[in-house]
This record gives sequence, structure tokens and C-alpha cells, in this order.
Amino acid sequence: MNNAFIVGQYVPGESMIHRLDPRSKMVIIFLFVIVVFLANSVWSYGLLTIFTVLTTLSTRIPLSYIAKGLTPVWLLIVFTFILQLVVTKEGAVLFQIISYPIYSGGVAQGAAISLRFFLLILVTSLLTLTTTPLEITDAIESLLHPLKRIKFPVHELALMMSISLRFIPTLMQETEKISKAQASRGVDFKSGPIKNRIQAIIPLLVPLFVSAFKRAEELAMAMEARGYQGGDGRTKLRELRIEGIDYLAISVFFLIVIGLFLTRV
Amino acid sequence: MDIIFEKVSYVYQKNTPFEHQAIQNLSFHIPSGAFVAIVGHTGSGKSTVIQHLNGLLRPTKGEVRIGEYILSSDQKIKELKQLREKVGVVFQYPEHQLFEETVVKDIAFGPQNFGVSQNEIEARTKSAFEAVGLSEELRERSPFDLSGGQMRRVAIAGILAIQPEVLVLDEPTAGLDPKGHREIMSMFKRLHRENELTTILVTHSMEDALEYADHVIILDHGTKYMEGKPEEVLIQKDKLQAVQLDVPEIIQFLFRVENIFGVKIPYQGQSIVDLASELNRLIRGDGSSE
Repeated sequence: MNNAFIVGQYVPGESMIHRLDPRSKMVIIFLFVIVVFLANSVWSYGLLTIFTVLTTLSTRIPLSYIAKGLTPVWLLIVFTFILQLVVTKEGAVLFQIISYPIYSGGVAQGAAISLRFFLLILVTSLLTLTTTPLEITDAIESLLHPLKRIKFPVHELALMMSISLRFIPTLMQETEKISKAQASRGVDFKSGPIKNRIQAIIPLLVPLFVSAFKRAEELAMAMEARGYQGGDGRTKLRELRIEGIDYLAISVFFLIVIGLFLTRV
Repeated sequence: MDIIFEKVSYVYQKNTPFEHQAIQNLSFHIPSGAFVAIVGHTGSGKSTVIQHLNGLLRPTKGEVRIGEYILSSDQKIKELKQLREKVGVVFQYPEHQLFEETVVKDIAFGPQNFGVSQNEIEARTKSAFEAVGLSEELRERSPFDLSGGQMRRVAIAGILAIQPEVLVLDEPTAGLDPKGHREIMSMFKRLHRENELTTILVTHSMEDALEYADHVIILDHGTKYMEGKPEEVLIQKDKLQAVQLDVPEIIQFLFRVENIFGVKIPYQGQSIVDLASELNRLIRGDGSSE
């Protein structure tokens, strides 16, 4: 379970993308997600693809690792492509598969949507691949700061996020530990009739919940013991700071957006 | 059942940036009926070795043989469940695996999974109960209402009820008080003798390795660093300190006696009581020459 899926996994590194301020990364990715939907020509898709590929390369994370981590996503992309191919009935009939006509519009539509999907997933996973969960929550807290005016609990939200992110690996480890302990007691999680396998979840879930609650209680106690009182007047160990490379990255991105508007039809 | 590791290597998360070699070219042989201690500093590969003993992990390279069962990288073993019935593993903090409504149900969980008959299960839970020294009135209690030490005993009883031939113990006394520690360890020693088990104790307590094991294997960074009889291996102070391990207290004491009084007392597995009277004799003997 630990090496199949990379979404949410941080890979330490020193690349330019790693060093960008998490806020600039998030803003760029947020805008990218919107902008992807504006592309409508070969050139505009090409531009976005080149941008994505260059960004991916510059993170210096091994491509094979990223490709392997996106395996479950490939299936989804292929499925989307086939769905579009079958459903769309525009343009000329290209050829027939077992007397089922395939239209040129279907191919174009399928390719465009799959590519769009791929770009979206790749770019968003680059965020988590190059940014620690802590940086992401800091960035969210900082970006949502204006909402404090309308009494939105920004700090509490960020705290909740960082606690949940912090405990994902812990819970994963715990799950692995308990499932190994129960497997040693003869529980079979991987084979046998479905009914038995569903029942096998109980010896896993009960201890997991017990330890999660215990952990939550201990954490609350530890926070209180250290005088935690919420966000007011709290300072940060690592202040986020917008620097030269951030201005550079944002400018490059805006050039891409301008380019996109020029290549749209 | 004989346990043989032959040039075993294991790599976690192979082909990712997180790739990590846990054990490397590790070979050893544990004869049936032995009490072996595997000792090593954190990260020496102890836990990885344990998980090879009942097929939770398969070696990346090399071969593990446990009795008639063979684990290697290229073939999946079909009788995994049989193997797990024969090799019982008490993991670190085993009380985390409790989940049933009552203590007795939790102890019966293992044997049930291995298809033991109902009558037999009752007999086994009863004897496991006695073996770990739990009082009868706890039988129908929820395991979550018990104290930490009692929970530990229930969890251990749950493994004993499987009646394995090989018992693997991963720091079984971590977090217990000295009394609980002694009780649990002497229980394992007794079970080892009475049921003719092969016992593998993974620990970082040099004292336990010296006292209970008849063979020690010292691991460092996933390779075998030293191996042999406890009373021969565990006195090599300089070699042990090179891998952040210390000699057992009793041997430290002998070294100090040698340093301060210039008397060398050879260690031959004496208990503290024997040693005290030996010292007493020495001191009296010295007194007469004054």
C-alpha cells in the first residue's frame, strides 16, 4: 500500500520548484486549473503541455517514479478517452469497430479531455510532491487570512488541516502494524471469500480507532500542557517570504497565460 | 523447526526515491529448540528479520527456510497460513492488537482463524490464561478495561493459544515495570523449556540476552556483526561499543572490579548471588594475607 500511489507524498529536494514560496505555487496551480479549461486549440494545449513538462522536469524528481505513482490515474484517463470516443457523434466517420462508427469529433474530444485531465493531475501532484504538508497549511492560513475579518476561523482550520496531514502517515503505519499482527494470528486479508475478507476488517478497524482516539486525547493534553491557546499572538518559526524566484515564476506563468489567449481560437 | 537465513537481503520501497536497504546478505542458522537473542541498535534490521520469520515479508534476495517452508523472492508460498500457525509472533506492544469484546474471545481469535475445534479452543484458552498468570475473573471483561500489564498478558496469551512451535518475541517487555519484566521473561523461559519451543527474542536489553538466551546474534546496519554464546560475545566491550551497544550490567561490574581492585574474575555465567559469594570469598581470602 505504501508505494503505489504518490498523491500526497512529499519528495525532498532542492530544486527551484521546491524552493518557491508555497503561496506562489498554490496561486499558480489554482489559476492553472482554471486556465486549462480555456484551452481549445492544438497550439494552446501544446503550450500548456510544454509548461507542465518543463515544470515537472525542473523538480528533478525521477520521471519513472512519477509515472509509476500515477498508474491508477492512467486507467481513469484511458477510460475517459474511450468514453468520449464512444459517446461523441460529431464530425466525419473515421472508421468502424464491429459496425460501431467512430467519429473524428470523438477522437479530438477524447484526446483533449484526457490531456486536460492528465495535466490537471500532474500539476496538482507536483504541488504535494515538492511542498511539505506543513508549508501547504501555512500557505492556506496565509492566503485565507483576509477572511478573518468576517470571523472565519482561519487559524483553527489550518491547525485542523496540519494535524490531519501530520497523522496520515502515522495512521498508515499503525494500519500496517496492526494488519501484520492480525495476519500473524491467521487473519487472511488477501484471499478467501468476500464475506470473510469483509469480516477481516473488524480486527483491523477496532484497534485502529482505539489508538486514534487515544492519540487525539494525548495530543490535546500535550498541547494544553504547552500552553496552546489558539492563534492570537502566535509567531511562526518559518515566516513565508516572497522572493525573486517567486516573482520570476509568477511572471513566467502570466506569459504562458497571455500566450494561451493568443493561441486560442 | 530449524530456521535458516541464507544470504538474505531486503529492500523497502524498491525503485522509489525512498528505497531503503534494511538487511543485507544476512546468513544465520537457528537450530530447532534453541533460545536465540537477536540484539541490535535501532535501525539494525531486527524488525525486518522478524517479518521474514512468518512470511510477512519475502526476501528481495536470498532465501529463508523455516522447517519445510521456503521463502524467496521469486516464488510465493502457498501454505502461508500453515507457516503462521507454526511461527507465533508477539509484536512490540502486542496489546495494540486487542479488539474483541471479552478477553476470552480475543485469546480464542487466533486458534479460530486456524480452524481449531471448539473444544480444543476452550482447553487452549484455559491453559494460555494460566500460563500468562491472569486471574480467572478477568475472562469475561473487556480487554480495554484492563491495565497495561494485563493487556500485554492477554495479547501474549492470544499468541500462545495458537500453540506455535516457534515463538518470536519482539521486545516483549517494553514499557513494563521491573517486576512485570521479570515475570514475563521467566514465563517465556518456562514455556520454552516445557513446550520445547524454538524461541527468538529480539531485544536491546543485553541483560536479557545474557540471562535467557543460549545463542546471540548481533546485528548492525542490516548485517551480522557478531554471533555466538552470550557469555563469549557479550563480554567484548570494545567491539560492542563500536555499534552503540553496552556489555550487560553484571559484566560491567566485573570490569570495574578489575579496574579498581586489580582482581580479574572470569565470567562463566554466574548469577548475581553466585558472584556475590565468590566476591565474598575473594575479599576474605585477601584479608588473611594482611
